Amino acid sequence: MSFFKEVADIVQTYWPMILRGTGITIVLSITGTLIGAVIGLLAGVIKTIPLPPKKNHFKRFFLQLVNVLIQIYVEVFRGTPMIVQAMVIYYGTALLFDVHLNKFFAGLLIVSINTGAYMSEIVRGGIVSIDKGQFEGAHAIGMTHWQTMRCVVIPQVIRNILPATGNEFIINIKDTSVLSVISVTELFFQSKSIAGNNFMYFQTFFVTCAIYLVLTFSITRLLRWFEKKLDGPKNYTIHIEEKKEA
Amino acid sequence: MSRIIDVKHLSKSFGNHDVLTDIDFSVDKGEVVCIIGSSGSGKSTLLRCINLLETPDGGEIIYKDENILDHKMNIAAYRAKMGMVFQQFNLFNNMNVLNNCEVGQIEVLKRSKSEAKEIAMKYLETVGMSQFINAKPAQLSGGQKQRVAIARALSMEPDALLFDEPTSALDPEMVGEVLKVMKSLAKTGLTMLVVTHEMSFAQEVANRVVFMDSGVIVEQGTPQEIFGNPQHQRTKEFLKRI
Repeated sequence: MSFFKEVADIVQTYWPMILRGTGITIVLSITGTLIGAVIGLLAGVIKTIPLPPKKNHFKRFFLQLVNVLIQIYVEVFRGTPMIVQAMVIYYGTALLFDVHLNKFFAGLLIVSINTGAYMSEIVRGGIVSIDKGQFEGAHAIGMTHWQTMRCVVIPQVIRNILPATGNEFIINIKDTSVLSVISVTELFFQSKSIAGNNFMYFQTFFVTCAIYLVLTFSITRLLRWFEKKLDGPKNYTIHIEEKKEA
Repeated sequence: MSRIIDVKHLSKSFGNHDVLTDIDFSVDKGEVVCIIGSSGSGKSTLLRCINLLETPDGGEIIYKDENILDHKMNIAAYRAKMGMVFQQFNLFNNMNVLNNCEVGQIEVLKRSKSEAKEIAMKYLETVGMSQFINAKPAQLSGGQKQRVAIARALSMEPDALLFDEPTSALDPEMVGEVLKVMKSLAKTGLTMLVVTHEMSFAQEVANRVVFMDSGVIVEQGTPQEIFGNPQHQRTKEFLKRI
């Protein structure tokens, strides 16, 4: 029984710290996932622009250059651990450019560009999986590439990549804990401080564990609900024209 | 009669396979032209070249005294004037029936939302689908989808409507409902260019029938000429099997 009493004591004593940590974790993962999704959408859309014909040298070269840059970005940020990226970016900017980033913003930056790298591949896959007929249908009524993307393709891609984006979101809730290496005061960092204070490591991290689980579980439910909402009603209503008197 | 499009010496190949060779072909305003021929004869490719869904390798397509293959031309504006109906319907899956018919008008023709709705409703009425404006494409049958696709193309009020085997993906009952719509459209004087395997439709509705084989136009003429008295051996062989 004394275990649960200790846990309750920890919550009672340190709740402001725990709450602040949880808040920062939520804000970091939500904003990071959203910004990452936007980066991913942009990168994914650019990567699927058809190459202009050979005649158009400049445009062709420019597009290829941008594609190579995106590919380098994806490979670097997918290919290295986020915890290392955090160190390199935070201390690197300080050393090389003499810029001392705000810790929270450094954390947000790292989560965003990391998520963006993953999302760009998810989006590319989502666009490739859209039936060619959707593009042709749009082109045939005179839509440009951007109009086709905005009105027809992207809405379908967003629906299709929602489960994968939810995955990224949940990964971010957990992985923002690595930002504690640059002292971002998210949930894990706060827990470590508390445990360092009271020396009750197990009891403290038991609370932390429960909070992470509640967060990820509620996000999962929320996303399912959102998916269903996007799908719209299963049935449709017959439209009956009201007869107007002449 | 005024010309809508004039195709001159058009050629197209996929890799080293010549799909179209030196095609000369034109469509006048108000004409209903049916293109027939066996699969792989290049008839769909010709239609797709006319709407630039495939880029021709050579030749000219003259529309309003200008060659649209000239790369300075505004392709999107031209396509808006050439309606297209596909074998696989290609309705936008993320929109309901009404939005499918509105989006091109709003985005491409810059019509107002209310004007677009009015015009969309008019043409959905024409194809008998005005009851279903709230339905998503996935909730419709093949024949219904194709009729919506026709309404979508009509809503752009194009100079001509191109049909690429519009009934080939449908069961016999649905073929009937789509052909009925197409027949009534033909009567309104709409310029139509139809790639089809429906010989009775061609015989009944077309002003001119074009027979294609191996990427060339073998012969063309009135339905009576082509079906009643074909001149070429290949045409005779093809029509014998029907």
